[in-house]
Amino acid sequence: MMNDITKWLGRTIIAGAAALVIFSGQAYGQAEAPPAEAPAATEAAPSEPPAPAETAPAEAAAAEAPAAPMLNSGDTAWMLTSTALVLLMTIPGVALFYGGMVRKKNVLATMAQSFSVTALITVLWMAIGYSLVFTDGGSLQSVIGGLSYMFLAPMGLNSTHALAATIPESVFMTFQMTFAIITPALIAGAFADRMKFSALLWFMGLWLIFVYAPIAHWVWGGGLLGSMGVLDYAGGTVVHLNAGTAGLVCALVLGKRVGYGSENMAPHNLVLSMIGASLLWVGWFGFNAGSAVSAGANAGMAMAVTQIATGAAALAWMFAEWIVAKKPSVLGMISGAIAGLVAITPASGFVDPMGALWIGIAAGVVCYLASVPMKRAFGYDDALDVWGVHGVGGAVGAVLTGVFANSAINSLGMGWVHDGNFGQVITQILGVLYTFVYCAIATFIILKVVDLTVGLRVKRDVEVEGLDINLHGETVHS
Amino acid sequence: MKFVTAIIKPFKLEEVREALSALGVQGMTVSEVKGYGRQKGHTEIYRGAEYAVNFLPKIKIEVAVRSEMAQAVVEAITASARTGQIGDGKIFVTAVDQVVRIRTGETDNDAL
Repeated sequence: MMNDITKWLGRTIIAGAAALVIFSGQAYGQAEAPPAEAPAATEAAPSEPPAPAETAPAEAAAAEAPAAPMLNSGDTAWMLTSTALVLLMTIPGVALFYGGMVRKKNVLATMAQSFSVTALITVLWMAIGYSLVFTDGGSLQSVIGGLSYMFLAPMGLNSTHALAATIPESVFMTFQMTFAIITPALIAGAFADRMKFSALLWFMGLWLIFVYAPIAHWVWGGGLLGSMGVLDYAGGTVVHLNAGTAGLVCALVLGKRVGYGSENMAPHNLVLSMIGASLLWVGWFGFNAGSAVSAGANAGMAMAVTQIATGAAALAWMFAEWIVAKKPSVLGMISGAIAGLVAITPASGFVDPMGALWIGIAAGVVCYLASVPMKRAFGYDDALDVWGVHGVGGAVGAVLTGVFANSAINSLGMGWVHDGNFGQVITQILGVLYTFVYCAIATFIILKVVDLTVGLRVKRDVEVEGLDINLHGETVHS
Repeated sequence: MKFVTAIIKPFKLEEVREALSALGVQGMTVSEVKGYGRQKGHTEIYRGAEYAVNFLPKIKIEVAVRSEMAQAVVEAITASARTGQIGDGKIFVTAVDQVVRIRTGETDNDAL
């Protein structure tokens, strides 16, 4: 055991150092090559025609007056707040939500996953993630962004990004970082109780670069989904469908927990989960209303529809469970709320309050069916229902965004019910399929690579005795 | 001397303690325990996964008393802990060979 760790540490340090040298060399190389032009080129709109339905209304303002960035203190204040709110969703939101749902022997290991992912993705986002998502990829622009912003070298005090012209780029970059953090942190619920910590770090790092970065670029960075006209206001596809799909693949590749179906795997403390879910709910105002990248009417409506859909979904799941299982459980209510938050995410800047109500009701019922009867029928062990809630909820939200988008709310989104644009529903379905297929294949490959090198799963004895004491050398005392 | 061990429903502890104090019982030991009898367990459902919980939480009270008090103690516990529902618990009475108060070295009835 100790030898393994020493060997692993050695390899990690060498690999990490090598990567740093290579990355930094490239970053400085790039910064030197086009001396003054680099920042200007990346701040201008992408060379290809910009996505017809870019989510951020701020972009329109940027297009009108690209020359002199006019920072708006109201927008900036709201985005500073939103960034803090979205970070709160992961730590402690997801950490508590998941930590309460596992058995007591794994509570620290589960929370350590959220916390370590937060730290890891922060550094990777600074090093390469932001650049891959939000800069121009040149000939590869439809697939992935470029490397000109590695280590944020060109980002200065007064830089702005074309998608958020009224706030400093430092705020936009950090806001987007919190999205990049929560997405992999959500996946961890699928393989709870059984993944090695070293494997987790490798998987999450590789997944950010090879799955999150391209898909976020496709939708928000001027890549192929944005160009197709896929509507995704705050990340229903990029964050939730993406994390849910990865969770499903993880659950299938890692296999079931030891004792699944025979041993008692009841949540050890639903009070923690309830607090976590509530923090997610509150933090989600930063997620959705923050995705307006401005403090105005769009942010206000996004906040209102987020609240409405979440309440409706919590009730829908609760009543569905009350009818089927005879009791309205606390876990059911909070799961329903998360399902509603997930489903309204892509729609939050495009729908009116009635649309939000329908999306919430649909998400509560459909996610209940996906997490309970469907999971049982297929027999996979998606431990904390990442696929059932985030994957299915993300897909439901993405498709219903096409149904309920209302051009009276946002001129960029013409939907089926209000604007007679059925084509948007088809576009949304294509967006879901592209994301699902790419994410599933890439996640599978990453898992196999990590399995062959580091090994994915803890030994049986470790799993039975618990991850807290074996992986971290700590326990929660009663 | 007798040793009385009673397994009761947790929410009945305070009533039982008051009943025994009224009898003049000077002390007791209480533990949170789990177990089952005729009540068996119950079923919990989390997102559709059903778990049979076989061991239910109970309170165990242990009291050592003079032999002549044992019957009154048993009756007091029975009266105060009874709800009439299944799962009210059980009382066991056993003989005690020796008692020592550690601080003073007193023994047997003097130590109770």
